[in-house]
Amino acid sequence: MKNKLSLFLKIFMGCSYGFLYLPIFTLIIFSFNASRQITVWQGFSLQWYETLLQDTVLIRSAWNSLQIATCAATLAVILGTLAATALVRFGRFRGRSFFGILATAPLVMPEVITGLSLLLLFVGLEQTVGWPKGRGLVTIIIAHTTLCMAYVTILVRGRLAEMDLSLEEAALDLGAHPLKVFTAITLPLISPALISGWLLAFALSLDDLVLASFVAGPGSSTLPMVIFSSIRFGISPKINALATLIITGVGISVLLAGWLMHRKRY
Amino acid sequence: MKRVWSKLLTVLTSPFMALVLPYGWSLLFFLIPFFIVLKISFSDLKMGLPPYGPLLEWVEQGVLTIRLNFSNYSFIGTDSLYLLSYLESLLIALFGTIGCLLIGYPMAYGLSKTSPRWRTVLLMLVILPFWTSFLLRVYAWIGILSPHGFINTFLLKAGIIGSPLTLLDTTFATVLGIIYCYLPFMILPLYASLEKIDFTLTEAAYDLGARPSQVFLKMILPLSFPGIVSGSMLVLIPSVGEFVIPELLGGSQTLMIGKLLWNEFFTNHDWPVASSLAILMLIFLIIPLAIFQQFQERQVRFLDEK
Repeated sequence: MKNKLSLFLKIFMGCSYGFLYLPIFTLIIFSFNASRQITVWQGFSLQWYETLLQDTVLIRSAWNSLQIATCAATLAVILGTLAATALVRFGRFRGRSFFGILATAPLVMPEVITGLSLLLLFVGLEQTVGWPKGRGLVTIIIAHTTLCMAYVTILVRGRLAEMDLSLEEAALDLGAHPLKVFTAITLPLISPALISGWLLAFALSLDDLVLASFVAGPGSSTLPMVIFSSIRFGISPKINALATLIITGVGISVLLAGWLMHRKRY
Repeated sequence: MKRVWSKLLTVLTSPFMALVLPYGWSLLFFLIPFFIVLKISFSDLKMGLPPYGPLLEWVEQGVLTIRLNFSNYSFIGTDSLYLLSYLESLLIALFGTIGCLLIGYPMAYGLSKTSPRWRTVLLMLVILPFWTSFLLRVYAWIGILSPHGFINTFLLKAGIIGSPLTLLDTTFATVLGIIYCYLPFMILPLYASLEKIDFTLTEAAYDLGARPSQVFLKMILPLSFPGIVSGSMLVLIPSVGEFVIPELLGGSQTLMIGKLLWNEFFTNHDWPVASSLAILMLIFLIIPLAIFQQFQERQVRFLDEK
C-alpha cells in the first residue's frame, strides 16, 4: 500500500508531463513540414533545415553564443566553486551571511534589473576608467558569469556540505598546503558538481536573451537575440528547425551527462 | 625582489583568495551596479550618450553640489499606467505562482512516492525542459494558442466553437506561459522537502485512525512548508519582472513592469525613468526576497548541523 500511487495521482502526473512536453513535440514535428503554415501538415520536407544553414546572420550569432557560453561557464565554475568553498569551509566569519546572500541573489533577481544595472556600470566604467571600451562579447561574458556563478555556488555548496571532512583534515594534519589539499582532495571529490555546474552555466548562457540585450554592443548579437527579433514578426518554420537542433543537442548531452554520473556513483 | 615574489605567491595561493575573488566579483558586478541605478534614477534625461545628466556638479568656487531629481519618481507616480502595470505584474506573477503550486505539489508528491528506479528518470524529465531554450519554449506556445493554432484548429474541426477564440495576446496566455516555464523551479524544492519526510510517521497516523485529509493537513503540509515557500519565491520573484513571456504571449494589452522597463530603455531611450522603474520594482520585491533568503539560510544551517 505504502509505495503505490493512487490512480488519480498517476493520471495527474501523466497529464503534467504531457503539459511539459507537448509544446516541445509540436515544435519538432512542424520543423519537418513542407508548408509555411505551422499547424497544417503538408508532407515531410527538410527545406527549413536548408534555409537555416544558409542564414549567415544566424550562424554568426550562434558562434558568438558558443564562445560566450564557454567562457562564462568556465569563469562561473571557478568563481562559484571558490565562493562555495569560502561559505562552507571558512566557519563563521564576519559577513558570512551577507556574502551568502550576495552569492545567490542573482538567481532570483529579475533579469531586466540585473541587465540594466550592469549596463549602467559598464557605461560608468568606460567614462571614468576607460574600460571596457565599448560593449561586446566581453561585457556579455561578465554578465553571464555573474548570473551563472549563483547557480554553481548553490550546486557546489550542497555537494561540499554533505562531504566527509576527515580526508581534508588528515591531509592538513600531515602538513599539506591548503591549496594542495584543495586541488588533490576537495576538487576530485566535488567534480560531479563541477561538471553539472559547468553544463548548467553553459546552457543558461546559451539561452539568455535579456542580459545579453542590455550589455551587447553592435556586431555582438547572440543567438537568442537573433531568434527573438525574428519571432517578434511571427512564426517561421525555420525557427522550428533551429529549435529541433537545439533541443536534440541539449537533450542528448544532458542524458549523456546524467548517465555518466549515474554510472560513476554505483 | 625574490622575497616580494614569494610573498605575492603566498598571498595568491592562500585560502583568503577563495573569499576575495568571488566576493570582489559579486561586489563589482552585482552590488555596486544597483547604486549606479539608484544614482541615475535621480538624474535627468539628456540628449546624447549616455542620456542622463550628472548628479554631482562643481558649481563656481569649487563647491560640490548634489542635485537630486525626484521628477522621474513623481512622473511614475502620477501616470496611472505605471501603477496599474505594477499591480498587474504582481497579480500575474501571483496567479502564475498559484498555478505552479497547484500542478507542482501533486507532481512533487507523486515523485517522492515513486520507486527509486523510476524516480531518477522522472526527475530528469522534469529538469530537461529547463535545460532547453526558454525562448523557444515560449515560442512553442504561440503556435498552440494563435487563432490558427492547434487549440483553435482542433476546437473548430470538432465543431465545439464557430469562430476562433482569442487565446494569444491575453493575460491568460501570459499566466499560462509563466506556469509552463517556471514549473521545474516549483517542483524541485517541493520534491526536496517532501522526500525528507519520514513516511513511517504517516503510517503510524493511519494506524491510529487518522483520515487521509487529516494526515495531509496536519503532517505532510506543515512538513513540506519550507519547500512551498522557497518554490513559490523562486517562481514569484523572477516572474514579476518577466519580459519575454508577456512580450511574446501577452500582446499589447498586458502591461508588465519588465516590459515597460524594456520599452523605456530600448524604445524611448529614457534611462533615468527605466532606472526609477527598476528601483521601484526592487522595493516591491524586498519582502519576498527577504523571505526567500531567510528560508535559504535556514536550510543551509540545517545542512551545516548535519
